[in-house]
Amino acid sequence: MIVDSRAFRRFRRNRLAVVCGVFVAGLAACALFAPMLAPYRFDERQPEVGALPPSWRHPFGTDLHGRDLLSRMLYGSRISLAVGVAATLVSLVIGVSYGSVAGYRGGALDNAMMRLVDVLYGLPFMFFVIILMMVAGRSLINLFLALGAVQWLTMSRIVRSQVMSLKEREFVEAARAAGASGGRILFRHILPNLLGPVIVYAALNVPAIMLEEAFLSFLGLGVQEPTPSWGLLVWDGVQTMEVCPWLIVFPAGAFTLTLFALSFLGDGLRDAFDPRSRA
Amino acid sequence: MIVFILRRLLWLVPTLWVIVTLSFFLMRFAPGGPFDGERKLDPKIEENLKHKFGLDLPLHRQYLRYLGGLLRGDLGPSMVHRGRTVSEILGEALPVSLLVGFCSIAFAVAAGTAAGLIAAWRQNSAVDYALMSVAALGVSVPSMVLAPLLIGVFALKLGLFPVASWGTPLHLVLPVVALGSIFAARIARLTRAGVLEVLQQDFVRTARAKGLSEFMILLRHALPLGSIPVLSYLAPATASILTGSVVIETIFYLPGIGRYFVSAATERDYTLALGTVIVYSTLLVVLNLFSEIAQALIDPRVKPR
Repeated sequence: MIVDSRAFRRFRRNRLAVVCGVFVAGLAACALFAPMLAPYRFDERQPEVGALPPSWRHPFGTDLHGRDLLSRMLYGSRISLAVGVAATLVSLVIGVSYGSVAGYRGGALDNAMMRLVDVLYGLPFMFFVIILMMVAGRSLINLFLALGAVQWLTMSRIVRSQVMSLKEREFVEAARAAGASGGRILFRHILPNLLGPVIVYAALNVPAIMLEEAFLSFLGLGVQEPTPSWGLLVWDGVQTMEVCPWLIVFPAGAFTLTLFALSFLGDGLRDAFDPRSRA
Repeated sequence: MIVFILRRLLWLVPTLWVIVTLSFFLMRFAPGGPFDGERKLDPKIEENLKHKFGLDLPLHRQYLRYLGGLLRGDLGPSMVHRGRTVSEILGEALPVSLLVGFCSIAFAVAAGTAAGLIAAWRQNSAVDYALMSVAALGVSVPSMVLAPLLIGVFALKLGLFPVASWGTPLHLVLPVVALGSIFAARIARLTRAGVLEVLQQDFVRTARAKGLSEFMILLRHALPLGSIPVLSYLAPATASILTGSVVIETIFYLPGIGRYFVSAATERDYTLALGTVIVYSTLLVVLNLFSEIAQALIDPRVKPR
């Protein structure tokens, strides 16, 4: 395993990244335990109450339907984080298998596969996601798949270049001399060594996907009411910002903070695992 | 170089063909159609409408018909905006989107380069830390958060700019800043890192020894070479500006093609949605080409493929 204790020591020295990591862990706990933490249900309407500014009863206020904003944000963090993580996993599976096959086999196959990636890079992908969501309907699973399906290109490039250099190393030669099959070498010897760069890229991918989910929900193509996601909450807030500023301030603030923490956590991981590629 | 540009432009044809084919068939698998409005149409009228737009033909015939029209430069009639062609609608909307997109990129490059250069020039000073903190925060504020913030402060509170809509140059300011800021922040970070790296190289020492002023070194030597990472970032940045413009046009009620795309996709206006996708893809490929040419011109180490 390339994930060694030196990398963790380097990571610990980066204070900002550690703080961001703690924040993300706390947020994940909030999302996980949302049903226990939330003071109200996310779809509990109190039409007679209407939109209330923040108070002791409703720390973040309520929306136009009298729903508690804090509870909706807690449940929304579940959706947003789940989409970020699940779609990243989808892109990981596609990208790692595509890239490792191209890198390991090399030659004409590699050429053809990477040419395809080049062409796909030039496509306006968000439009395909929008069309995919139209075709498949607005469900969470479809959201995972659609976003994951368009995010694997960079991952496949990274994996390919890593596999290409790893397959020339002595331990792979030794495995080949011992009579291991191509598949066994790839899975048992090469892929475990890819863990570092793959983790780093996946961590940087999560905020990008969360942003795309917010973007889709914002356009009315993501998750469906009354299920809250942060993108949806921001959009609700935009529509009522003149009269109820708290409806935009809290969701937008939480969303920005989360994106900030996730991207600096990702940067910290990259610097720790791969000190050469400092950008 | 010319061969390279021509070859890339030729690539545009198969790329567009793939895009058109994929989107054409994907959209037809989506449930619903352009005539499923609020109230149910008389079956007779629906029949006539379908016949008029050729939707009663077998799918492959419709596809060939569409491709044939495309070759003649005809994007077909809009199915929802009755009596208007897709080319008319896009012809009106495209200048708006192009103007907003172009100004956003220009703003991002100008502000980002200036901030990065100043930060590198005064490395580790208070100015450097201030600029880079703003940039660090800026890379994680999405435009859909920044836009309402800007509206709230500069339009509603201070009344400096109009809230939304289109017409005067003042209408342009908030959308451009909202769309461009995140890229300006990233460009500032890239520029600072790039310039600092160049400043450590031997030829800079030679230039200093020659007696060139620090300012000239920065401007003549460090900036062009240090901007190479920025140039390669410009291609993905323009792509996200294109998609980001959809959100910005929705928030600010700008009559650009992004807004038409979303409404066309949800209303199943097949021809208008396809036309928008074609315009966006062409823009994307051409912009990518520009950024590659610029890279090859500045950095002799980059060989155009």
